[in-house]
Amino acid sequence: MGRTLVQKLWDAHTVADLGDNATLLYTDRVFLHERTGSVSLKGLEAAGRKVRNPEQVFCTMDHIVDTLPGRGDDTIMPSGKDFITTTRDAANEAGITLFDIGDDRQGIVHVVSAEQGITLPGLTQVCPDSHTCTLGALGALAWGIGSTEGEHALATKTLAVNKPKSMRVSFDGQLGYGVTAKDMILHLIGAYTAAGGAGHAIEFTGSAIRSLPQENRFTVCNMAVEFAAFTGLIPPDDTTIDYIHGRPYAPTGRNWDAAVDYWRTLQADGDAAYDRNISIDCADIVPTVTWGTSPGHTVQIDGVVPDPSDAPDANTQTSWARALEYMDLKPGTPLEGVPIDGAFIGSCTNSRISDLREVVKVVKGRRVAVGVKAIVVPGSSQVKLAAEAEGIDKALVEAGFEWRESGCSMCFYAGGESFGDQERVISSTNRNFENRQGPRTRTHLASPTSVAASALAGKISDVRKLRQGASYDT
Amino acid sequence: MTLRMQKFKTLSSVAAPIMRVNIDTDAIIPSREMKGVTKDGLSVGMFANLRYTDVDARVENPDFILNKIPFRDAEILLSGDNFGCGSSREHAVWALKEWGMRCVIAPSFGTIFYGNCVRNGILPVALQEAVVKAFAESAETGAETAVFVVDLPSQTVTGPDGDTHGFDIAPADKEMLVQGLDPIGLTLKRDDEIIAFREKDKAERPWVYL
Repeated sequence: MGRTLVQKLWDAHTVADLGDNATLLYTDRVFLHERTGSVSLKGLEAAGRKVRNPEQVFCTMDHIVDTLPGRGDDTIMPSGKDFITTTRDAANEAGITLFDIGDDRQGIVHVVSAEQGITLPGLTQVCPDSHTCTLGALGALAWGIGSTEGEHALATKTLAVNKPKSMRVSFDGQLGYGVTAKDMILHLIGAYTAAGGAGHAIEFTGSAIRSLPQENRFTVCNMAVEFAAFTGLIPPDDTTIDYIHGRPYAPTGRNWDAAVDYWRTLQADGDAAYDRNISIDCADIVPTVTWGTSPGHTVQIDGVVPDPSDAPDANTQTSWARALEYMDLKPGTPLEGVPIDGAFIGSCTNSRISDLREVVKVVKGRRVAVGVKAIVVPGSSQVKLAAEAEGIDKALVEAGFEWRESGCSMCFYAGGESFGDQERVISSTNRNFENRQGPRTRTHLASPTSVAASALAGKISDVRKLRQGASYDT
Repeated sequence: MTLRMQKFKTLSSVAAPIMRVNIDTDAIIPSREMKGVTKDGLSVGMFANLRYTDVDARVENPDFILNKIPFRDAEILLSGDNFGCGSSREHAVWALKEWGMRCVIAPSFGTIFYGNCVRNGILPVALQEAVVKAFAESAETGAETAVFVVDLPSQTVTGPDGDTHGFDIAPADKEMLVQGLDPIGLTLKRDDEIIAFREKDKAERPWVYL
């Protein structure tokens, strides 16, 4: 019987079989940020323990730090500064590499870890952050943990992990015009629910995955956790290897050659069996948007808000009814045309340079609708610099968007900034939970281009329609 | 050095039902309630958006189950599928723990949340949805007389009607809860194996090591 990719990575990192499906796994990289990493470092210190191999541990400021221009250690939330200074002091004390405010390597943890070449195919990586699965797009086994597990990984270089079941999700066929990686993953979660991947490590395969540029692959794996999966991975190929080559922490010389030889073996065997298989025809995917308060509450952009009486079971019916009330929507309402107050482009899901380039194609020469608060937050300081070198910032500002410093920002409350009470926001982020982006804020998840098109129209819009007589061309 | 956490053996308590699916960790502890670099002081913000009608002024919502007697003192929480999904924030578990919650019973849990519970002395119990729903009904109708008994060594939960249901838990997780063991201390007993792995791996995959 052949092995899945996850099984190969599992075997390569097994320090000890702990019995009963549990394994002591070696963790090649640990990444921390100021919100949860600070607690891990402090906890470790309080227990009198040290960080083992600090040269393989990294930390960034992204969750609490302001994204307003001219930022420093102060945040809107008065205690935000404590997170920042505690993290800085503890990181320095532990001798780990910190991408601090003002460092041009700073940014959202899962964006910078890839960008700096810290995550590589075949590695294990953990971070006290649920979206660590993003990095599975490089063929690494990367998963989110709690702060206490973070302490464990820091102190021992290992984690005791119960082995997840295996799942293969195959996306085949061609993506239609205006359809993005974000729509692929929203489509999957919508079709199989937000608990659909529970207990599984997912390998994303198929011709459509292989055709995706590396940056878009991060978007797919990013939301594996929204599918309740342990993590999601994409087998490394030329696209992956080209992406990594020359990055600051990537191997060089003989090490590079040895690494590439190894990475070429990181494919599931042809006869590997999975506990579960899902196949999706990309011809069925159109721009997708959420209507409710779970990432599974999706609808095609040309669809309508569902009726709880059509729900497949009683739980779903209750959940839909509650979501409709929270979102202030009525069954049967077309999503297209629902007026919005805000538009947010950013987060570890969609904030990379390629996302911003696509957004600029949509907004260039156009204006954000009056009354819409439209914000773009680059995923990293590197993304910000690259965007500014290309004039992307200028085009966005001219169109009426705010252009920010990098960080997690208004994906959630972060350092104290949020959208307003009951405001309706279309967002390129990953969670439409109640109160996530602000008190009673109503979040609709969508691709960055769908967000951009909606910002221009002042209502949820089908980006494909901008094609007619417009400057939007892919 | 071996740190110990609170041991979990048996528990008798009323149970508070919050029977919604997909209760995420943002709901359990909203971002704006995570004000300090600490595991303490979080319970006041627990379920803030559900528990208070005015979050800033901390005006309690009298309809929220944990604001009602006897559920206010419940050490068992009953909920729907995928409880604790979303953000990895362990603050959700620290808030529940500080509040006095010792056990959460639901059909399924967010993976990271589940692991966080076990590491903080809270027992997550996965039971079939029909059982949890029946429990929720007895909990509400029976109020202070509806006492549930959770027995971790025997891996059972007994409802107020005397019906007993077994549950699964990974042996290592059970051990950790029953003994109140410190997982770091446990792992460090295998330090020789970790060091040996590292040396062998460094020779095989030198490109991994920075």
